[in-house]
Amino acid sequence: MSSRIWSIDLEKADELFNALAAGQRLYLPIEQAGQVQFKEYDPADSKQKVRLDALNTVRSAKDLFFPQSENMAAFKREGKKIEIIDNRERVSPFAIFGVRACDARSFEILDRVFLSEPVDVSYADRRENGTVITLACNEPEETCFCEAFGIDAAEPGGDISAWIADGKIWWQPITARGEALTEALADVLTNAEPDDEKLVMQKKQIREIIAQLPLHELSLESFQPERLKEIFDSPKWQELSEACIGCGTCTFVCPTCQCYDIRDYDTGNGVQRYRCWDSCMYSDFVMMAHGNPRTSQVERFRQRFMHKLVYYPANNEGVYSCVGCGRCLAKCPSSMNIVKVAKAIGGEANV
Amino acid sequence: MQTNNRPVKEIAQEIFAENQAERILGWKRGEFFYDNSPAVFSAADELQEFVYDAFCGSNLSKFLVKEAAKEGRIAVLLKPCDRYSFNQLVKEHRIDKENVLPIEIDCDGMVDIDKVRALGIKGIKSISADGDQLTIETVYGQKNCSKEDVLLLKCQTCKDRTGGDRFALVREIEEMSSVERYEFWRSELSKCIRCNACRNVCPACTCEKCVFDNDKSGIANKANSDSFEESLYHMIRAFHVAGRCTDCGECSRVCPQGIPLHLINRKVIKDLNEFYGEYQAGADDSSVGPLTSYELDDVEPDIVMNRGGGR
Amino acid sequence: MSIEKKEFKPLIVAFCCNWCSYAGADLAGTSRLAYPAEIKIIRVPCSCRVNPMFVLRAFQRGADGVIIAGCHPGDCHYTSGNYFARRRMTMLFSMLDFFGIERERTRVDWVSAAEGVKFSTVMNDFSKKIHELGENRRLGDLRCKQTIDR
Repeated sequence: MSSRIWSIDLEKADELFNALAAGQRLYLPIEQAGQVQFKEYDPADSKQKVRLDALNTVRSAKDLFFPQSENMAAFKREGKKIEIIDNRERVSPFAIFGVRACDARSFEILDRVFLSEPVDVSYADRRENGTVITLACNEPEETCFCEAFGIDAAEPGGDISAWIADGKIWWQPITARGEALTEALADVLTNAEPDDEKLVMQKKQIREIIAQLPLHELSLESFQPERLKEIFDSPKWQELSEACIGCGTCTFVCPTCQCYDIRDYDTGNGVQRYRCWDSCMYSDFVMMAHGNPRTSQVERFRQRFMHKLVYYPANNEGVYSCVGCGRCLAKCPSSMNIVKVAKAIGGEANV
Repeated sequence: MQTNNRPVKEIAQEIFAENQAERILGWKRGEFFYDNSPAVFSAADELQEFVYDAFCGSNLSKFLVKEAAKEGRIAVLLKPCDRYSFNQLVKEHRIDKENVLPIEIDCDGMVDIDKVRALGIKGIKSISADGDQLTIETVYGQKNCSKEDVLLLKCQTCKDRTGGDRFALVREIEEMSSVERYEFWRSELSKCIRCNACRNVCPACTCEKCVFDNDKSGIANKANSDSFEESLYHMIRAFHVAGRCTDCGECSRVCPQGIPLHLINRKVIKDLNEFYGEYQAGADDSSVGPLTSYELDDVEPDIVMNRGGGR
Repeated sequence: MSIEKKEFKPLIVAFCCNWCSYAGADLAGTSRLAYPAEIKIIRVPCSCRVNPMFVLRAFQRGADGVIIAGCHPGDCHYTSGNYFARRRMTMLFSMLDFFGIERERTRVDWVSAAEGVKFSTVMNDFSKKIHELGENRRLGDLRCKQTIDR
């Protein structure tokens, strides 16, 4: 990690954003009709409400790398000839500011899926062109449990880490890409001390708050690949899944859910092939010619948590496919979530 | 909370003690104090986790479609507003009434935790109530707010209490110009992530296979791949529940993006009331709904063109 | 280089009931009464066969206006179909209006098999209205619009 660090007054945040937006597209947490989302920042639009105070955006930062719906190819027919048009989007460089530590970790989890062979071209293209600027969480909430995955909200990571402390935004490049971007901002950023008292205090404060959160001692120790069969057969799934209404909220707000469906849309004069997020909670998830392998909600419900806590770690050196962002805790219509499941299924080890 | 001065939990215990039903559909205590989940209890000792407090906003009627079809009688706890959905489902033959023991329980308004959060109250540890005043303990210190301010939307215009005017916002939108209305809905509906929570929670949406899940329908999709699909989904959904929607407000409660979906349903209800006479879906379990009946002298469709409202 | 402004050629979908309005269109034809070619007639067994989805999908596929024509109230071949259609379409049009779609883009009219003249008048009038309104930009699917051949 680079030991160099910069800062800029929080009041001058606009200057920083404008400078960033001058070099590439910039995405910020912006309020839209009452909800905060990562949206493209437009320096000319004075009505935009940038919300650096919002802890989590409703949709996670994964949207920028793995959008909900994207075109793959179009087919056009003329007579007996079918023309295949590659209309995948090629992105230009972009930066995303305000990613929380949990979302930043989610990219590593997605990378293991999309960047392993065969590489997902669209995802790789976006990863190569995207610079991630994280922001430490000054006010974590009760739904946060990133600590359970070894994430330190006070050291958020990414290409560049940022903090808000003492009325300033602190800026520390971490990767070569982060260094390059920082150089382009020499005019707006001022040099600062890495061990500035105010910054150190802020980090300490964040860790103190995290230690007070109700879920900070959540343990996932018992979710070991060796216990796969035992966990799979647990009688608890039935009662836990009773509350599940089979919607896709948890999967669509999740920063690590990665399943997608490839579909064709008949435009009336050709076909548009696209891919869009899929949800294991849906009745037609992994529908095949013979039908669907999971015919009941309890099986679909179990799939989601087995994937996150057992299957994924079994294939990825024990890394869980959850980052503890707490979105599903806040958004589930029935308030059924991964923490309740982990505590119920994980057995005594978690109590 | 109590019903006829008896704690609801006691009523539940009595159901098992007197063998009135084999299972009880109620709410289970959550991880925090505000995230109670709907749950089925099948034995008296399971009732330890039973809870009924100001965070039991979810409407249990829809769960009966699945639960009442199972063997054995099921008791269900219905808040006054949930009763409407229950009646409507019985009317539509989606619930076998004989297999259900409906228990009406009192309710003095449910709290919307998102509204508490919207007040800037973060890191909530506990909430205690003293009359209308809520005291909230958070990791950032103690906060206060009035319960009236953080009530669920459906409770603010409660059908059983003289609440506010539920059509006020609908009227406001009607008065906008057509372009403003279009922009209002674009900015709201473009947030839609097509999670289907509004549909799956809706007690009026009980189709075995939804048209939006049916690949043969030509409009099935799992994402909004075009802005048109955002509008189509919500228009068709509102239309399909038109005349059957009891205005239970679950769609707006569950929307992760906070889209005021209830406004679409209320617009429909308001129109139905104005054009075809006052009607409350679910007020009873046998009357004929406004879109499955007609009068010889109904208004003509051009009333839409000729009446007031913004253009 | 001058950019030639393309003249607006609307696309109008007319759902016509088999028993009255479709026969009315026939009569208009045999009586040599003109109605615009941009109106594409879709024959339906009864005006109440028109599902709100039909109307919305017509807009999705690039229609600029949708008109539903059925038997006069009281004259329905199936006794009551058009009464139900009347309620449904009133509610649908009101909802479209609520979403900010221009309210003149949708219409219901009653045309009997004997009213060739009325058919022609209604269609000409509706087409004129759509010409005034211009292209439907608020309720269409871009994926379809890009490939549409007007």
